[in-house]
Amino acid sequence: MGNDLAIETSGLVKSYGSVRVLSGIDLRVPRGSVFALLGPNGAGKTTTVRILATLRRADGGTARVAGFDVVRDRHAVRRQISLTGQFAALDAAQTGEENLRMMGRLAGLRRAAAGQRAAGLLEQFELSQAGRRRVGTYSGGMRRRLDLAASLVGHPSVIFLDEPTTGLDPQSRLTTWRVISGLAASGVTVFLTTQYLEEADRLADRVAVLDGGRVVAEGTAAELKRRVAAQRLDLTCPTQEAFDQVTRRLNGRAVHMDPAALTVSVATDGSAVQVRVLLDAADPDRNLVASFAVRGATLDDVFFAVTGGSHA
Amino acid sequence: MPNAPAATLPGKTLPVMRLPAMTLRAMALPVMTLPVMTGRSLRLSLRSPDALLTALLLPVMLMVVFVYLFGGAVSIGTSYVDYVVPGVLLLCGVTGASTTAVTVCQDMASGIIDRFRSLDVPGTAVLAGHAAASVLRNLVSVLLVAAVAVGIGFRPHSDPVRLAAALGVLLLFVAAVSWLAAAWGLAVSAPEAANGAMFFLMFFCYASSAFVPVAKMPWWLRGFARHQPATPVTETLRALLAGQQAGPHLVSALAWSGGILAASVVASMVLFARRTA
Repeated sequence: MGNDLAIETSGLVKSYGSVRVLSGIDLRVPRGSVFALLGPNGAGKTTTVRILATLRRADGGTARVAGFDVVRDRHAVRRQISLTGQFAALDAAQTGEENLRMMGRLAGLRRAAAGQRAAGLLEQFELSQAGRRRVGTYSGGMRRRLDLAASLVGHPSVIFLDEPTTGLDPQSRLTTWRVISGLAASGVTVFLTTQYLEEADRLADRVAVLDGGRVVAEGTAAELKRRVAAQRLDLTCPTQEAFDQVTRRLNGRAVHMDPAALTVSVATDGSAVQVRVLLDAADPDRNLVASFAVRGATLDDVFFAVTGGSHA
Repeated sequence: MPNAPAATLPGKTLPVMRLPAMTLRAMALPVMTLPVMTGRSLRLSLRSPDALLTALLLPVMLMVVFVYLFGGAVSIGTSYVDYVVPGVLLLCGVTGASTTAVTVCQDMASGIIDRFRSLDVPGTAVLAGHAAASVLRNLVSVLLVAAVAVGIGFRPHSDPVRLAAALGVLLLFVAAVSWLAAAWGLAVSAPEAANGAMFFLMFFCYASSAFVPVAKMPWWLRGFARHQPATPVTETLRALLAGQQAGPHLVSALAWSGGILAASVVASMVLFARRTA
């Protein structure tokens, strides 16, 4: 066990009934870093987080968080971590301040200290104005901020964030990103899950791509993106025959295929010259491609690249 | 952890040295967190005015209905208001306690249980907080109903010791029913289903000696009415409020309440562990 690791897992396996959710997860997260677990719905992200946060037991494998085993030393782990899930863990009928005071008391603070901590966190998260209002009246973004504030009450050294910006409007997403960057700067370890490549790119030092219960790629966001073109050219064909012909002509250069929409995608830098060359290569007689579009690379493209196309 | 803010807090230094304290803390947790959880549950009750009004007004209205509407039709040899008040107090406590099922169910459906668990708050403390708040809430509503009862002519012929004993017996039963409701709230998945606990529990009150003497019931109901918990609890309250010895009813009432309480606490802990496994 390396003492410089905040999180270390080895061969984590978990099934729900006959459904295998995790098939051997190995992760190593250095202390003080931001780690993103990137994957689509159902990849096993939430299950991984819940196992690491001691809320679920793995069927096999081991996991250590902050140096403690998540099963044997779960009480010790809980003193070191906080978890912010996909649904705000707050009482809607209590005010923001009351929620934070309660969490402070439960984290072992005395009454006065809990009050001070609540006031400090409300200020830090720009919620001082709303502190005396019931959480039920908060907007989605405010609720998420309060939820993050609540997770910090006990001074955790490892923070788990399960899809921290899913469902937020762009403005709230930016605010949340700023908050998370601030946490990372204060020296805590942040472990977050996300469906957005952009989010992992913005926040994380390292990214693991989870797919079907396996880590299919791991590295820095830049390393992952290097495996995918920054932009792609989508070619939409009028008929199945045309689609088959275009696919044949592109011969393995496709980075994405959608047979239902008759669309095939190739990597591009987005320049007019290159788009023209690609169109000519795919459709020399100008009767196979009905329309085209140039789009930024998405998580789908990463999956297509790292899973070899199992995600069409 | 060179930069972690946690490292600067007292008692948060070397992991190895904290282990014995950890175990002690784990054992003390339910006690330490119970007042916080009870305060939370009470605050949530106060902030749910419709539920609070139902818990307070329903028993008062039922008492008025029983005394003035049915009172004339039921002849039991004594003043019906004196007969029915212990029954209404029981019904009041049972309906109030049954709302615990809904609050527990709502907790389980929200993310807050995960937050509590990741703060190392034991499930027992969350549930005990709801049960304790239920007892305190019902203490208030029982006193209110008793005051209204005196207002419409109920006169307890008793002494302070017996009155206090009556309150104690009732609150113990309320505690037992609260934990039973908590177990129900853990067993069902939707608050609407949790609400069904109230009707189920009210049936026990109606099919007891709370409102009508068992002897006046159809023969097939008498066996059930005599041998279910609501009857001995009502009879104990009735005897104590009339200044008499409660005798075997008291023993039976305490046995039922204690048994339901113990079984429900165990069932709740098992169900909580299963829900959060």
